[in-house]
Amino acid sequence: MTLIATQSLTKTYGGRVTALADLTVAVEPGIIGLVGANGAGKSTLIKILLGLIAPTSGQVSVLGIDPTADPAAVRNRVGYMPEHDCLPPDLSAAELVTHLGRMSGLPRTAARERASEALRHVGLYEERYRPVGGYSTGMKQRVKLAQALVHDPDLLLLDEPTNGLDPAGRDAMLALVHRIGTEFGISVLVCSHLLGEVERICDTLIAIDGGRLLRADNISAMTSATDVLAVEVSEGTEELAARLAELKLPVARDGRLLLVPLADDGTYDLILGAVAELDLPLHRLDQRRHRVAELFATRELTHA
Amino acid sequence: MPEPSTAAVRPTPTGVIHDIGYQRYEGPRLGRRQVFGALYLHGLRTAFGFGRSAKAKIFPWLVVGIVTLVAVALAAVRSQIGEPVATYAQFADAMSWLVIFFVAVVAPELVSRDLRSGVLPLYFSRPLPRSDYALAKLLALVTALWLLLGGPQLLMFLGAAFTTKQGMRGVWNELLDLLPGLLYAGLWAVVFASVGLLVASLTGKRAFAAGGVVAVFLMTTPIVGVLSILPSRAANELAGLASPSTLVQGVGIWSLGDLLVEGDPGEMMIGGFGPVYALAAVLLVAGATALLLARYRKVAS
Repeated sequence: MTLIATQSLTKTYGGRVTALADLTVAVEPGIIGLVGANGAGKSTLIKILLGLIAPTSGQVSVLGIDPTADPAAVRNRVGYMPEHDCLPPDLSAAELVTHLGRMSGLPRTAARERASEALRHVGLYEERYRPVGGYSTGMKQRVKLAQALVHDPDLLLLDEPTNGLDPAGRDAMLALVHRIGTEFGISVLVCSHLLGEVERICDTLIAIDGGRLLRADNISAMTSATDVLAVEVSEGTEELAARLAELKLPVARDGRLLLVPLADDGTYDLILGAVAELDLPLHRLDQRRHRVAELFATRELTHA
Repeated sequence: MPEPSTAAVRPTPTGVIHDIGYQRYEGPRLGRRQVFGALYLHGLRTAFGFGRSAKAKIFPWLVVGIVTLVAVALAAVRSQIGEPVATYAQFADAMSWLVIFFVAVVAPELVSRDLRSGVLPLYFSRPLPRSDYALAKLLALVTALWLLLGGPQLLMFLGAAFTTKQGMRGVWNELLDLLPGLLYAGLWAVVFASVGLLVASLTGKRAFAAGGVVAVFLMTTPIVGVLSILPSRAANELAGLASPSTLVQGVGIWSLGDLLVEGDPGEMMIGGFGPVYALAAVLLVAGATALLLARYRKVAS
């Protein structure tokens, strides 16, 4: 089943500002990254998917339902985590999430049970009885995620879930989103302006810019052919580069790193052999994915 | 004795290891009516500060305390002198300042707080329609105001019913007096709730919302004063239309007559314009509700 499908989706505000232009995309269930700069149209797309705003033209379907025709049916099965602050400071997380669970149609006791379950899954325990006003940004983001989970949706729409978090908080939030997508059996659409962040957890990536689709594809399809080996030696980087070039390996420099495309396992042997031959202190040798950003870089240039 | 070490000889486990993995929800999901009801009840509880901090309870319960005290005093005096000091409708009129105060505190609590904290997107991304949100809040405020006036009226009735010297007949007569009083309290509630909630829904700042509510209800009183001293009988008789409080009183005078003014027409005269007052009240409530719904069609989208 197609999770989200759009056909020539266009949204203009007041006939002048174009938020989405002729966007056609179809994605399968899983974790989907929606990437684009600020103002690229990510939030507009999410609001159209929720049926909060109507597209100017084009078709859209979420979980097989048209949100413009039956928004309630879509919202029943979708959880939404907004980008901005949306928590009343004087309520406790438990009260708020329980109340919002009831607003999603859960009976009273079920709402209370699911609220504490959802808060536990996002990692809030005893503090859930304290007023939200005293929470850290990281805890607030978790509460926002918990309220999106409370009614057990089939799809989560997360608008910039890592906003305002420190690096450790970002990692924790991304790990949580990844767990929801893989272990909970809930599809997730994660919005971010940081490509490097979402590419770590996504199955599918949608990149938009200025309301236009840059690329939508499986992440493995994007990166499969482009794995590289990163080599770092404490000294003698120049010598090693020259030696590897002699071995007909196309070496690229990236700061202190040497990047060598990974052809097959033989590449490892060649590099190790070269390092041993020159008697250099090897600092690290690891395989890394080609950053998806580099795939978009050329396209963005042609687009501009 | 050594511990049994193999699974085969291990005793049946007495404890259960809980699966703390994610559980899908298979239970019932309630429809629009029940969700509306839940939001309405939540609003009603909020109005009286239930489920809220102690600070949020102070003002509503201060007002409830005063009106109850007045009602008990009236009932006590009546039982002593055997004559009603004030009718049920007159009681509602006399409490109008407190009703305004109550609306100024509770209406911002119901709507401005949600505007301020930005929680509305969390409501509107759920199945309930935007209009349901606004109407549930309005209905909650109407009910709260009606309870505020009707509760003490019921106390007055109980006081009178237990001290009546005419037996069941006296109780019945008293009941016939109470029912119009409760309806009149309902009119106060509907008019003040619809106007008050509309004003409060315009701003997320609670102090501004409270000030706005008080301003709309009180600043219009001088207009009534000016109109009622104009050298024109029609202007005098229509003066009450200019302010919500006098509008409600006008409808009361027209529909309840001596239950409200008792022989002496008093300071307020509406002449033959009673139906105009009633129509104006209906239009005011309908207009305020329509504007409230329009407001919530736009906000936070």
